Order: sequence, then structure tokens, then C-alpha cells
Amino acid sequence: MTQPAVRAEDLSVGYSGHAVLREVSFSIDPGCTVCVLGPNGGGKTTLFRALTGELDAMTGRVRVAGRPAYVAQTERTRLDFPVNALDVALMGSLAHGRWWLPARRWQREAAVRALERVGLAEQAAVPFGELSGGQRQRALLARALVQDANVLLLDEPLSGVDPASAQLIDAVFGELRAEGKSVLVSSHDVESARDFDLVLCLNERQIAFGPPAATLDRSTLEETYGRELIVLDQAGPTSAITIQHHGHGHHHGAHEI
Amino acid sequence: MSDIELRAMLELVLAGGFCGALGFWVVSERLTYGAESLSHGLLPGLVLAGLAGAPLVLGAAGGALVAAALIALSARDERVGPDAGTAVAVTGLVGLGALLALAPEAPQRLEELLFGDPLGLSDGDLVAAALLVLAGGAMLIALHRPLSARAFDTAGAAALGLRPAPLRLALLTLLATAVAVAVQGLGALLVLAMLVAPPVAVRRHVATPRAAMLAAAAVAALGGVAGIQLSALAGSAAGASVALVLCAAAALGAVLPRRPRAGPRRGAPPGSRSPAPTPPG
Repeated sequence: MTQPAVRAEDLSVGYSGHAVLREVSFSIDPGCTVCVLGPNGGGKTTLFRALTGELDAMTGRVRVAGRPAYVAQTERTRLDFPVNALDVALMGSLAHGRWWLPARRWQREAAVRALERVGLAEQAAVPFGELSGGQRQRALLARALVQDANVLLLDEPLSGVDPASAQLIDAVFGELRAEGKSVLVSSHDVESARDFDLVLCLNERQIAFGPPAATLDRSTLEETYGRELIVLDQAGPTSAITIQHHGHGHHHGAHEI
Repeated sequence: MSDIELRAMLELVLAGGFCGALGFWVVSERLTYGAESLSHGLLPGLVLAGLAGAPLVLGAAGGALVAAALIALSARDERVGPDAGTAVAVTGLVGLGALLALAPEAPQRLEELLFGDPLGLSDGDLVAAALLVLAGGAMLIALHRPLSARAFDTAGAAALGLRPAPLRLALLTLLATAVAVAVQGLGALLVLAMLVAPPVAVRRHVATPRAAMLAAAAVAALGGVAGIQLSALAGSAAGASVALVLCAAAALGAVLPRRPRAGPRRGAPPGSRSPAPTPPG
């Protein structure tokens, strides 16, 4: 029997003794792609931080096959820090240990190959802060590729990226799935969730987990998003948008499906 | 040039150069307030060493240790917040240091401890600075890759298996050691100029963390030499002159326009080129 790539059992996790996500139980096989849906503050990033081991489980437990690679939202990176796209990709090799030594030739070659894979070979020497939003996301994805983890966690990787970058990132997801890697992607885009093998809906607790056809119904989405969900097509559950409130509510955006 | 001036310059090149390189990480990790607190808070240790006739570097090291522990304890009180807790602890330590230094038995003059005396350094001080460059420099070389990953993306670095606590502890240890050694030249109030001004001067003009460390070290060393020369010409206080030169360099670096980026730098794959910057999106 195949060992699951990620397994959570009755997981609760939070900050300063206060659980912000609870009742999470799921199991993901190797080679599966999973879309993690939920409103802002619903627990998507908290779940990822539990999977990376940055946050300890308050109750229950979580098991990941190897150390997962994590691609944070690009806003969480320092744009003024003096590194270029190749330097960022090369950071992935730190996961292999021996961080006190200079990067070795094969590690540099792996970083160059990862940049080629995400279509950034031409921008290898460009400072990270001068890349476009989509290119930054691809540089972070290249770092995850160099890490060569069995499980990849991507926090809203398609949020605000240009269509060309989104297409490239999607293509890499497909390649990773073919290689037997498990990819968990948090997203606000309900429609794109239908392209994943599985969907995990979170809103401070686990609302649903399963194949898109079985989970993306109107009642589940309403329970997941509450008032952030606007159903456009009254005749069925397939057409809805989620309203995002970033930061302190100064920016409103909508993802159409 | 007198032997005393030469000695002062050598000290400032060695200790200052290391502080400049370390300062890049202090600024990147947003530890500037912590560095200032540490350098001011070790004053009682300096005074006690002076009273006991012990080497000042030992007093500075002990003072830094006590100050770090007290600051960490005060900053934990969530009711007042870390900044206010730190400020209270540091003010208390500076007050205690001044009280001790103004006692009739105190041989060391308070102003020398606060503002430094680069022209009064011993051979032992130079040896301490040389050891700092060797041991601290080796640590910085070993740590610069994980420190880069962490400064660039804290959450991403944690996922790479780089634990934040040991990295932070290593950086704080280097900081406390550098302050303990450099404080004799520039004093408890001015040593911060060596740590913070050089990285601020170079930060916008470098392409890699390694270049930032080297450039900041060069600015600190040159600033130290220029400050001593200035004090000799103008007859001004040596430590204060060095601090002012360094702060002027920081101001200059902050306002100078950035040089347009040249072609691909070393490490870029063959055929890579630099396209025009593209807007986010």
C-alpha cells in the first residue's frame, strides 16, 4: 500500500494557545494535486505553516513525506534584498544541508535548470525586486524545484500573476504530478480548483475534502466563504466569485469563475 | 603621522571593517534598535572593569551579556511592549553606568567610555580586533548563505530547514562580540555608527550580499581612517570625528542615484541578458 504524501489527523493549529484552524483530517497520495480553498483568515497559510513544521499541532497530528518545499506569497519576500533570480533558485540547495559551504557546481547547475524550467533562464541575473510579479513567483517556484521535495506547498501562486506566468506555473504543476510529487496550492479561484485532483475547503475548520465534483457544490462554497461568496448563476452551483479583502480592507478584488 | 594615530587607524580598519560587514546583517535583520540598546546597555560593565583595573574588553563583554539578558527579559512584558521594555532597561543601565563612572574612585573618565578614545588603544586592543576579524570573519563567511535566505524570505527559509533561533543567536553573539571589541575605540554611544552607517551607505548600490559585506567593510575602514585624519587636522575629538564621517557616508549613499545595472554578472548562465525592468503584474 502506498504511504500517503501528506496526512493530517484531527489537526488543530493556531497561535499563542488559540486555535485558528481545527478539525482537519485528510490524506493525500503521492502525485496528487490539491487546491486549498478558503476565505482570507480561513486557515490556508496556517495549515501550510503546520505542514512545514513552523507551527506545532495543538491537537492531533500531521505527517509529511520528507521536508516539504514552501512557496510563500511574493509579498512576504524582501524586494530590496540584493539577490537575483539565480540566487533565489540556488537557495533551494540549502535544504540539502552543508549550508556553511559555498554552493557547489552541481547545485548551481540544478538552479540554472530550474530557472529554465520556469522560463526564467534569460532573467537569471536580474535582481529579484526588478522582476514582474509573475516572474517573482516563478523564481520562488524554481527555488522549490531545486529543493527537490516530494511535497510542494504554494501559497496563492497565481494571485495577481500575468497570464503567461500562470500558464507556465500550471505546466510545471502538471510535470510535478507526472513525477509523483504532491502539490498543494492555496487559492481563491473556485473555478481553477476544478482542474485539481482534490479540493480541501477551509474556514477556521475543515469544511470539505474530496474530488472537485463532490466538494464544489453551492452549500459547501457558501459554508466556506460565507458572505465573501457571490453566486452568479442562480440555476446551478458552477458560477460564483469570491470577494477578497486583502490587508486591512483597502483593496477589493474579485476572482471570476 | 604619529604612532598613536597609526595604531588608531589600524584598530578602526580591523574592528570597523568587521563591524561594517556584520552591520549589513544587523540592518537586514532589523536588529538596529537591538544593537543600539546593547552598545549603550553595556556601560556599567565598562565602568566596573575600569574600577577593577581589568581589561575593558572583558567588562564590555560581561556588560553586553547582562544587558542582552535584561533587554530580553524586559521586552517579554506584553503589557508595555518590547520597545518600551527595552528603552526602560537601557536607560536604567546607562544611568547605573553614569552613576558608577562619576564615583570618586572611578579612574576612567566617563566621556572616554561614552565617546571612545581611539588614540588611547593598547597592543592588546589591536590583538582583540585582529582576532575578531579572523574568527568573526570566518563565521560570517560560513553563515552568509543561510542568513541571505532568511533575510530574503523568513517563511521560505524555515521551510528549507534553516531554524531561525540558532541563526539569530549566532548573529547576536557576533554582534555582542563586535560591540565589546569596538566599543573601546568609539565608546558606548558612537560604536553604533560603525555597525549601521556603512551598510546604509552601500545597501542601495550593491547586487549581492557578499558585495554588500565587502563594500560596507571598506566604507567603515575608510571612514575610520578619514575620521582620524580629520580629527588630526581639525583638532577635534577622534571618536566623534569618525562617527560623523561615517554618518555623512550613510547620508551620501542614501541620496546618491543608483547606478544602472550592467550586463549579466558572474554566475549567470551563458547567454543570459538583462531585460528592461517590467512592471509588477
